[in-house]
Amino acid sequence: MEKQINITLKIWRQRGPKAKGAFEFYKLDAVSTGSSFLEMLDMLNEQMINSGKEPIVFDHDCREGICGMCSLYINGHPHGPDEDITTCQLHMRKFKDGETITIEPWRSHGFPVIRDLMVDRTAFDKIIQAGGYVSVNTGGIPDANAIAIPKVIADEAMDSASCIGCGACVAACKNGSAMLFVSAKVSQLAMLPQGKAEATTRAKAMVAKMDELGFGNCTNTAACEAECPKNISITNIARLNREFLCAKFKD
Amino acid sequence: MTTNKETKKVEVKIPQGPLAEKWKEYKAHQKLVNPANKRRLDVIVVGTGLAGASAAASLGELGFNVLNFCLQDSPRRAHSIAAQGGINAAKNYQNDGDSVYRLFYDTIKGGDYRAREANVYRLAEVSNSIIDQCVAQGVPFAREYGGLLDNRSFGGAQVSRTFYAKGQTGQQLLLGAYSALSRQAHKGSVKLFTRYEMLDLVMIDGKARGIIARNLVSGKIERFAAHAVVVATGGYGNTFFLSTNAMGSNGSAAIQIYKKGAYFANPCFAQIHPTCIPVHGENQSKLTLMSESLRNDGRIWVPKKKEDSEGIRAGKLKPTDISEDNRDYYLERRYPAFGNLVPRDVASRAAKERCDAGFGVGATGLAVYLDFSESINRLGLDTVKARYGNLFQMYEKIVDENPYQTPMMIYPAIHYTMGGIWVDYELQTSITGCFCIGEANFSDHGANRLGASALMQGLADGYFVLPYTIQNYLADEIRTPRFSTDLPEFAEAEKGVATRIEKLMKIQGKHSVDSIHKKLGLIMWDFVGMGRTKESLEKALVEIQAVKKDFWTNVYIPGDGKDQNTELEKALRVDDFIEIGELMARDALVREESCGGHFREEYQTPEGEALRDDVNFSFVSCWKYRGADQEPELIREDLNYEFTKVQQRNYK
Repeated sequence: MEKQINITLKIWRQRGPKAKGAFEFYKLDAVSTGSSFLEMLDMLNEQMINSGKEPIVFDHDCREGICGMCSLYINGHPHGPDEDITTCQLHMRKFKDGETITIEPWRSHGFPVIRDLMVDRTAFDKIIQAGGYVSVNTGGIPDANAIAIPKVIADEAMDSASCIGCGACVAACKNGSAMLFVSAKVSQLAMLPQGKAEATTRAKAMVAKMDELGFGNCTNTAACEAECPKNISITNIARLNREFLCAKFKD
Repeated sequence: MTTNKETKKVEVKIPQGPLAEKWKEYKAHQKLVNPANKRRLDVIVVGTGLAGASAAASLGELGFNVLNFCLQDSPRRAHSIAAQGGINAAKNYQNDGDSVYRLFYDTIKGGDYRAREANVYRLAEVSNSIIDQCVAQGVPFAREYGGLLDNRSFGGAQVSRTFYAKGQTGQQLLLGAYSALSRQAHKGSVKLFTRYEMLDLVMIDGKARGIIARNLVSGKIERFAAHAVVVATGGYGNTFFLSTNAMGSNGSAAIQIYKKGAYFANPCFAQIHPTCIPVHGENQSKLTLMSESLRNDGRIWVPKKKEDSEGIRAGKLKPTDISEDNRDYYLERRYPAFGNLVPRDVASRAAKERCDAGFGVGATGLAVYLDFSESINRLGLDTVKARYGNLFQMYEKIVDENPYQTPMMIYPAIHYTMGGIWVDYELQTSITGCFCIGEANFSDHGANRLGASALMQGLADGYFVLPYTIQNYLADEIRTPRFSTDLPEFAEAEKGVATRIEKLMKIQGKHSVDSIHKKLGLIMWDFVGMGRTKESLEKALVEIQAVKKDFWTNVYIPGDGKDQNTELEKALRVDDFIEIGELMARDALVREESCGGHFREEYQTPEGEALRDDVNFSFVSCWKYRGADQEPELIREDLNYEFTKVQQRNYK
């Protein structure tokens, strides 16, 4: 059953990308355990606004775990202590009365802080722009059933395609690597017949862009997989490496 | 109330000829722009959802110079991404009798005969190309073991024409459009402006020529010029505060162009989705949808006996304690032909009827059951898991109950707005050079949208309709040089925006933006919601005025108006939601009939079904702005059904 808890929040505040940030403490009472984590932050912001203070800035939008906009490092975990969900799906029943909850932004070279808990993830868009697509224009396409795709392959491609681009993998990685993100897209498209033609050039272009943008290397610690809210598997990274090696051999 | 009795002509520009030939006719004779000229023409697309992203990508591929804006940090996050169930197309892969005509007919009927025939037919016609396009982009639709595409059924149809990618169809389609968009961004034909919000439309000599937008990171107001402006900013469901829309979804771009002369059409047509997770408490920030696809295998019921419902509400009984003969599968009872797959408006009202009559469940009594036990017995746990696993997980994380073991609880919530900016056959608004696509326009769903048709319409508009029709306009603009943003029209529009922000920042009242938005939302839900009456709507108009006054005297926005300011962003949107709320109530008041999602309690059949009045209300209400202190003018676009027989909707 739902109950109410009182909590202390230790939140990272930072005015801008170059400003020095620091933790601040806030008390929040009577939080329903049925509330979502972001509703709890709404309550805190309401309390701050009512006392004339500027609210805490954090990214959020769909609040149903699919847009990938929300982030937050909660008690040392991207998207908090619960498994297989994003921060917006996290509920306060996962916390105890009297608990102090630490909230930080994604901390990674690739994602500079914009303000407070909001970070800049445009690097992900740049990686996709480098090659994360099948080069087809609108129109003049053969019938959708012209090429049969075995169900197992379609399902596997779907699993890779489930990535929401939130950046938890980068935030979780001690090297700040974006390999899980990149490999999920490379795998999805390489598995499908429509994406095969460009599979190697795509892998090369996306990896090169990832390196250029300052993301770190993968050292197979699998923290990304453990923290991914969508359960994207590191077998995608193995597939990416395969595509990448093939590309290098061909060169 | 200004109702223009003599029908003022709205120019719809529907091509002559038989229904099935109109679009072909149009494309055969429209004007085109040659490749060299395309490079010299700029198009602004506001929004990166299915409609915006597909339009921006397609226009970029054609060679136009596109400027594409979104509020989020990435175009991939637009709220189309949250669509779960699927996308309709008339492929007839299942050999179950589907056709372009049948998809057209189902959509017209589902919309309760308040949509425009020619637009809907075109939508059904291009639906098949959308599936082809998405598959080519690498969208991993669900497949049969033989490797061909799988389909499921959705409400309001007796065929299986819905294509899907698990419960994440919107995500996969949007990522497809986003990948096409990214490819154009890489080529340089599309320039992306993320974390930007449009705040006004700039007009020069009566034509749309640019926008004023606020950089949400720096707080700076910036000017952008183009030869045409496309608004693809989605619906205005968040007027109700609680809805299934994303937190940032808003109706502001629509209101901005409305105030510049674009008609707002059928604002009262809002869709209440029957399967949402019920409200849990006053700090709730949004409602979560459970896909309509669940109604394929889930059965909806409440207890037959009031005492059982009371027992459940008091926590003394569990749903599993209620025996089979004491359950009322009210949709199957009332609508044997369509059963649990009746259209959304019908399912929502039936849920409200049962709950109002005292049979509701859950702590508040405002919930009904969606039960999978029979399907699990019939299909096995694994099949049900494969079909709906992610939705069940989502439910469990929110409600903390396992829907494999106990039925889900659901209740209707605001989901989609059929109403929106009026557009002609070319998707052009009543402002020359300003186009509107996707949910933001009003054109294809009439008074009720069928499930899996929103994705279809967004992508139809963006991939296959606008890239043609906009050229018919731009062909006459090839001699128009690029505009300088130093022109006085830009300066004036920017000043208007800056003044509005200053005015808001100066109020320095005592209430947060959200607290006022919640008040508006309650008024909307109570008086302009699922059941509306003359009295409730008149009351709403009075109370919305009070909220407006409250907002402009009591709102408090901390921080600096010229810096990043999330509260200011919300305040600007709420100001516009107030305007929309008023328009919705006004429109609902004028429409003295029930149709689709618009249910006026005074107008119902003895069985409680919506009672249309085709003699007096077979028209699109087009609201024309006439200034801040004046009531808008109502202009009618008469709907002439030439190809379908208008009849009472029947799902029995």
